[in-house]
Amino acid sequence: MDALYGYMLYGISLATMGGIYAVLTLGLNVQWGFAGLFNAGIAGFFGIGAYTTAILTTSATHRHIGGFEMPYIVGFLAAMLICGVIAYLVGKVCLRLRSDYLAIATIGIAEIFRLILKNETWATNGPRGVSEIPKPFEHWPEPWNQFGFLLLVLVVVAIVYVLVEVARKSPWGRVMTAIRENEPSAKAAGKNVENFRMEGFVIGCMIMALAGALMAHYLKFVDPNATDPLLATFLVWVMLIVGGSANNKGAILGAFLMWVVWSATEIVTSRLPDELAIRAAYIRIFLIGLMLQIFLQKFPQGILPEKRPDVAKSNGNAETKMAD
Amino acid sequence: MADFINFYFIPGLLLGSIYALGAIGITMTFVILRFANFAHGESMTLGVYFAWSLVQITGWHPLVVMPIAMILTVLYALSIDRLFYKPLRNAPVVMLVVASFGLMLMTRSVIQFFWGVQLKSVLPGIQKPILVMDYLRISPKHMMIMASALVLMFAVHYLLTYTKIGKAMRAMSDSPELAKLTGIDTEKVVVATWVVGAALACAAGVFLAIDTHVETRMGFKLLLPMFAAAILGGVGRPYGALVGGLIIGLAEEISSYPFIGTEPLLNPGYKAGVAFAIMIGILIWRPSGLFKGKVF
Repeated sequence: MDALYGYMLYGISLATMGGIYAVLTLGLNVQWGFAGLFNAGIAGFFGIGAYTTAILTTSATHRHIGGFEMPYIVGFLAAMLICGVIAYLVGKVCLRLRSDYLAIATIGIAEIFRLILKNETWATNGPRGVSEIPKPFEHWPEPWNQFGFLLLVLVVVAIVYVLVEVARKSPWGRVMTAIRENEPSAKAAGKNVENFRMEGFVIGCMIMALAGALMAHYLKFVDPNATDPLLATFLVWVMLIVGGSANNKGAILGAFLMWVVWSATEIVTSRLPDELAIRAAYIRIFLIGLMLQIFLQKFPQGILPEKRPDVAKSNGNAETKMAD
Repeated sequence: MADFINFYFIPGLLLGSIYALGAIGITMTFVILRFANFAHGESMTLGVYFAWSLVQITGWHPLVVMPIAMILTVLYALSIDRLFYKPLRNAPVVMLVVASFGLMLMTRSVIQFFWGVQLKSVLPGIQKPILVMDYLRISPKHMMIMASALVLMFAVHYLLTYTKIGKAMRAMSDSPELAKLTGIDTEKVVVATWVVGAALACAAGVFLAIDTHVETRMGFKLLLPMFAAAILGGVGRPYGALVGGLIIGLAEEISSYPFIGTEPLLNPGYKAGVAFAIMIGILIWRPSGLFKGKVF
């Protein structure tokens, strides 16, 4: 019975983390899947979101600035707002150039944020991070507190999914696809390419900040490792490419699937003797990178390929009128 | 003044020439293969570990084994191109950026797997700086690095100016379409780009390793300054990359000189941010860089 209970708790934590990664992947999907923008600094936006809510919601301590004790919702919204502003500034500089420049600048933002975390210890407690972050439902009895948080994450995933799905099917989403597929013709059709790209980039970063905020409250702790480009950036890319770029269902599927694969392989490697376990961890990264390359070359569409919204149906009226 | 030269200007020049050599590969790949190669820093790290292993095996000086390490790094770069970039050459270019991003982590994990993550050194022992003209202090290893970097820069200059393949590379970087029309073999130029880029990356890495130490994140740490140098000099301009690298290196070191009062102008902890700030500035005001490079 105890074992079963343990498995259940493990399952909940797996689903919670998978859900947080699903939010991140949906954010990346808006940028990469919809708009074709390369964000190499997901970890940075994720970390900024996590730290923002951490500073705003914790109670007073001498270790870092804070003591605001704001409600969670304020933390979430502030995280999204700050990331939105930073994304806007980065976008303003880079979006008129090709995607490569954005990639370089975003990886730069992530590194700069890491430098700030490291140097401004008075504000962020440096490498020791911010702890004792309040967690929603934590006063509920075990395991209901875990369930409660999982539910919160799933609700957030559902809301974000519905919103980005509506966006994808809307005229806005179709313009995004047009820009991604054929920029000159979108321009010729009178679309302001830079503005659309900016919207996609900012919205994507705000969603990533939300995921970061969720993670901070879930773990009750955040340190500069949260901005490690490996976990937060690389995994999310693999999740989206494997799941299916430009397909929101694919993004969610990819996130849960790859998180399970990632965690399951960790269970295997952690049973090896110490020396081997450390080395095996690198093999895991290598293999997951190889998986990315195989998908890029052989199945660029991912598991769930992109489905274009039915143009005939949504434009039905206009077209029948034309036919008449 | 002596302090400024000894502790800020010379280290800046040293760091700058390391950035410069690394940035040449970045700028040429950017313009000839048309993508920002995120795995370039990792070629550098791998080159350093090749050199470290060769030093362990032979016991020779790192600069002596460096040519062999360069060849090994070139072989690595060429096989990566064959396996991972070539199949994507007809896909949208941004796919290549994604692939290079993946390769960055794959290569690093391979390095960590085989060599571990502990700090290593290619040149053990401390060397006493030599006093020049009473107040200039230059350590012999710094002189060696500078001299070797200069030799490599001249070699690049010779290659680009006087050899057929070098001229083809410059033609490709000016206008790929025109270059193809005049019958330049694109694949040959691509191979040459990898050879030059990887060899210089390895050399830059070994210089850095001689100056500091060997660690698995060293290439990644150099990635941003190298991109900044390439963009500052103008994408596709090898001489621009040299100048850009020197400027970035000098700016990083000099930024912490106490110009006003006794406090450093910029907290040395933010040195790495200088390259980023310069890059953002150039992207805002002059995306084509100092030497009128390509803007995509």
